[in-house]
Amino acid sequence: MLTLLFDGVAYGMLLFILAIGLAVTLGLMNFINLAHGAFAMAGGYTTVLLMQHAGLPFLVCVPLAFVVTALLGALMEATLYRRMYNKPHLDQVLFSIGLTFMAVASVDYFVGSTQQLIQLPEFLKGRTEWLDGALGMGHYRLAIIGVCAVLAVVLQLLLVRTRFGAQLRASVDNQRVAAGMGIHVNKIFLSTFAVGSGLAGLGGALGAEVLGLDPIFPLKYMIYFLIVVAVGGTSTLTGPLLAALLLGIADVAGKYYVPKLGAFIVYALMMAILLWRPQGLFARDSR
Amino acid sequence: MSAANSLAALAKPRWWEAALWLLLLALPWLWPTHALLISEITIIALFAMSLDLILGYSGIVSLGHAAFFGMGAYTAALFAKHLHPDPLWGLLVALLVTAMLGAVCSLGVLRGSDLTRIMITLGVALILQELANKLDWLTGGADGLQGVIMGPVLGRFEFDLYGQTAAWYALVVCGLVFVLLRRLVHSPFGYSLQAIRDNRLRAQAIGIPVHARLVAVYTLSAALAGLAGGLQAQTTGFASLDVFGFDRSADVLLMLVIGGTGWLWGGLIGAVVFKTLHSVISAWTPQYWTFWLGLFLVLLMLVGRERLLRPWTWGRTS
Repeated sequence: MLTLLFDGVAYGMLLFILAIGLAVTLGLMNFINLAHGAFAMAGGYTTVLLMQHAGLPFLVCVPLAFVVTALLGALMEATLYRRMYNKPHLDQVLFSIGLTFMAVASVDYFVGSTQQLIQLPEFLKGRTEWLDGALGMGHYRLAIIGVCAVLAVVLQLLLVRTRFGAQLRASVDNQRVAAGMGIHVNKIFLSTFAVGSGLAGLGGALGAEVLGLDPIFPLKYMIYFLIVVAVGGTSTLTGPLLAALLLGIADVAGKYYVPKLGAFIVYALMMAILLWRPQGLFARDSR
Repeated sequence: MSAANSLAALAKPRWWEAALWLLLLALPWLWPTHALLISEITIIALFAMSLDLILGYSGIVSLGHAAFFGMGAYTAALFAKHLHPDPLWGLLVALLVTAMLGAVCSLGVLRGSDLTRIMITLGVALILQELANKLDWLTGGADGLQGVIMGPVLGRFEFDLYGQTAAWYALVVCGLVFVLLRRLVHSPFGYSLQAIRDNRLRAQAIGIPVHARLVAVYTLSAALAGLAGGLQAQTTGFASLDVFGFDRSADVLLMLVIGGTGWLWGGLIGAVVFKTLHSVISAWTPQYWTFWLGLFLVLLMLVGRERLLRPWTWGRTS
């Protein structure tokens, strides 16, 4: 029972890191980016390839995955995404589906369609049991929770305490007024998109062991990222965090207790929440 | 000229449309070796038309229209297998069942933002796929529903191996739907939908019952998608999980965008172009054809989809 809760929390934390970039893109640019999972996949494959071919240790590869995907995100934002901001949502959806298809096919072509395995370092492999085995904690999952919690706190501080955070919040609330006040909205967009993609890449690298990593990763988890954002709303960090934890726990518990239903529970829960509160559970009432 | 007269004038079929439909109906006879392909394209064209009704005319972005297609396919297949092999009854049942499903789902797309609507439509398709997968005693699960044997259409025309009957059957159904929709989109009802699409607030202010109209059109669109699904199951004698797939919803969106939204011929043209593209590219590179499809989508969106059918504007910058 407690073990399930623990696994669910680890899963949820991972989903939070993976999806937070999507929440920011949506809140800031009002852009529905279905290709977000492709950045996560890029992070995962960066780690795998660096470990296999360059022989770098896992702990070096994970930060590198962040850097590589952040750069990739910045490049894509400046060349492609920027042109799509003012288009209708349908165009954005089709554009990002197109990107996803391209990412899936490219990875399939260059790396192959097999599931990639990550060799974890020894000290992350074990498992600690507390309360006579009622709570079994894998060390790796413990590390994931730790890293993600630190990241969540850092992000929150960044958003609330720094000048950049204030500019970002101003741009999310009202882009035109923010631009009028002399905030370089374009630069904010670029850097936020890069950080969001980087976080997705980091999540993909950390999650490769838990979520699995193969070319259809972006399509498989797209719905999960979208759930986190749609349920959590885009105006705060805590919304997506709570939504991600809820989703993680519901998914793990659902698959354990009623395996016959599979992912059914998660989808049904999402539909119920969205029918009840179409703007998301934690959204402010109006924008 | 009064408003009613001018609407009626627009609704009148053009001579080239009638001629084109006659040509289409003659296709299985002119080109019997490709009858299977003809019926396949006709069915997805019907599916695309049903999506156009909500996307092009009412402005609802749906990423899960395959939910209704799949529901129609499974309903028709199950009906034929367990109750009655007559195709027309099967189609009617598929139509009614998906209409009911559509009416229920329409409540979810009334409120919220585009993202909420995308999630709801996607969610319905995923839930149905999951259900069809898990209820394997009924649907055959991941193996698909096999052993569907159809009776002759109207009690006279047996489905043949080369698919000529199937092609005619699909073409006639699709043609009837086309005539019906042509009448519908040029009716006051159709214009009120376009008003809702262009400005929901203003439409409400001039007294259009926005919610009731959206429920009605979503239900109709779902029913027609179900009809397409039913046709697919009947002409192939098979229903499998991929009828609910995300790929199918995405493909049909793409077809519509290629052919042009808010225009009934758009679905038909898009379906033909898409299928041709598909077969050309996948003959050349079977495993990686989605890459080229994706590239095409990205470029199309960067250039602007409204310009695809207007080549003379390609040189201009937006």
